[in-house]
Amino acid sequence: MAVIRDVMPAFDLLQPASAVDAQKLLETYGEDAWVMAGGMDSFDWLKDRIKKPQVLVDLSGVDELKGIRTSGDGVEIGAMTTLTEIAKDPTIRKNYGLLAEAVEHVASPQIRNQGTLGGNVSQDARCWYYRGGWPCYRAGGNECFADTPVGRNREHAIFGANRCVAVNPSDSAPALIALDAKFVIQTPKGERVVDAEDYFLGPEVDITRLHILKPGDLLTAIRIPSTWAGANFYFEKVRDRNVWDFPLMNVASAMKVSGGNIEDIRIAVNAVAPRPMRLTAVEAAVRGRPANATTGEMAGKLAVQGAIPLQFNAYKIPLMRNLVKRAIGGVQETTWTS
Amino acid sequence: MSESDDLKQNDGATKTVTRRNFILGVIAGGAVVSAASYRFLAPSRRQLPGAGERLITLYVNGKSRRVDVMKQETLAWTLRYKLGLTGTKLGCDRAECGSCTVLIDDVPYYSCSVLTHTVRNRQVTTIEGLAAADGKLHPVQQAVVDEQGFQCAYCMTGFIMSAVGFLKTNPNPTRAEMAQGVSGNLCRCQDYSKILDSMMRAAEYTRRA
Repeated sequence: MAVIRDVMPAFDLLQPASAVDAQKLLETYGEDAWVMAGGMDSFDWLKDRIKKPQVLVDLSGVDELKGIRTSGDGVEIGAMTTLTEIAKDPTIRKNYGLLAEAVEHVASPQIRNQGTLGGNVSQDARCWYYRGGWPCYRAGGNECFADTPVGRNREHAIFGANRCVAVNPSDSAPALIALDAKFVIQTPKGERVVDAEDYFLGPEVDITRLHILKPGDLLTAIRIPSTWAGANFYFEKVRDRNVWDFPLMNVASAMKVSGGNIEDIRIAVNAVAPRPMRLTAVEAAVRGRPANATTGEMAGKLAVQGAIPLQFNAYKIPLMRNLVKRAIGGVQETTWTS
Repeated sequence: MSESDDLKQNDGATKTVTRRNFILGVIAGGAVVSAASYRFLAPSRRQLPGAGERLITLYVNGKSRRVDVMKQETLAWTLRYKLGLTGTKLGCDRAECGSCTVLIDDVPYYSCSVLTHTVRNRQVTTIEGLAAADGKLHPVQQAVVDEQGFQCAYCMTGFIMSAVGFLKTNPNPTRAEMAQGVSGNLCRCQDYSKILDSMMRAAEYTRRA
């Protein structure tokens, strides 16, 4: 598709100054409204004329949605806090280094300066058929163009596909799941707090969105409890280029080890399924076992049970096996550097 | 005739035709014609919501500028086509190349992906605002000149703005850190080695300045 370089089609720009106003505006305009956080996902849709909202609600003026504060025994990160701020924050780096590392691997420096945590977890699928405006299932049609013998599906799902085979592309999502974060949502009926893993939706529930936000809902903050503060963390992202690219796959784990044995663990993998996958079976299997390569090997094999590759993404199975193995058993091989 | 004489004469002339003004004139003429015919064809077309422009004040390169801006207009568009600051380049217009990088409150952003209306109360710095009032180049600019860092240099202003922003947060980077700092910019000439040479010299000049 030719890239259009003209000004975007017209929309009404609303710039609320408080979260209450923002939520009310979203409620008033419902389906016609588009929520813009950093805008890094929004502009592609708008410039390509694939999505044509009547009203754009820009959250950049809502100061109460920005910043990192202590909350209870953990931290609360405003949904509009930029990824750069999170990566540089001393508390996050010290106690929740997993999240700092995950957001440092997002896109490019300029995008991290502008992109927000709320936007990163709420971004839409990257399947190019969908992004290119093809009338696929996710776009409301009744066909998938990626899951055909010749469809370009190297980046797509090996788990959880249901008509649509697109994956969730977020880097911060698996880290937030591993840290047992809670998402705070303002809805027309009041505040709702959900577990990180419950924030994401698969196509079996709703094929048109990757998260649970409905028109009128606003994600305001993400709370991280202190449960996993300072645990053994592992994050790895695999992508084609070291800048800009979305993950071919990423893994995030938080592990508590005592006396060489895994006392407790949370591990999640993203870009393998329509929603970030928490590997509960792996968690249960490795608890109480030594944190070593043998356990990692076993965990990796268990993690890929039931994977169904498409035409061009079978490489994701050994990739996932090895990422899970590394997350639990550590990196034994000499690290490859360019 | 020497170059300075030529410039003087141009200053005094009432009708100076530069390449840029000529092109702008042609574009404007075309727009008027096509707008007029469109109006003729569809006289009762309802105006879309938010289609109008709004007069706002922007702070660009230390000056406040009054400018009419559409709600859906990006900062790169405003800078180039409304304020005439064409040093900021548009490459991909999709936040994927970095040539439109400007500083907003000293932080590098892709100006193709920022709505102008969202930077009303913030300080925007473009390549035109780096040099001192007396024409003395910014240390990063001087380093690029000294090292001859770029080939075609279309991406240059973006790289320079990224480097200026990065050096404010890390004035003493290693070569690897510098590469990371400007990793949000692409060069199609693949001149990265020379660009990094310039940027490392830029760090040295900035520390000395």
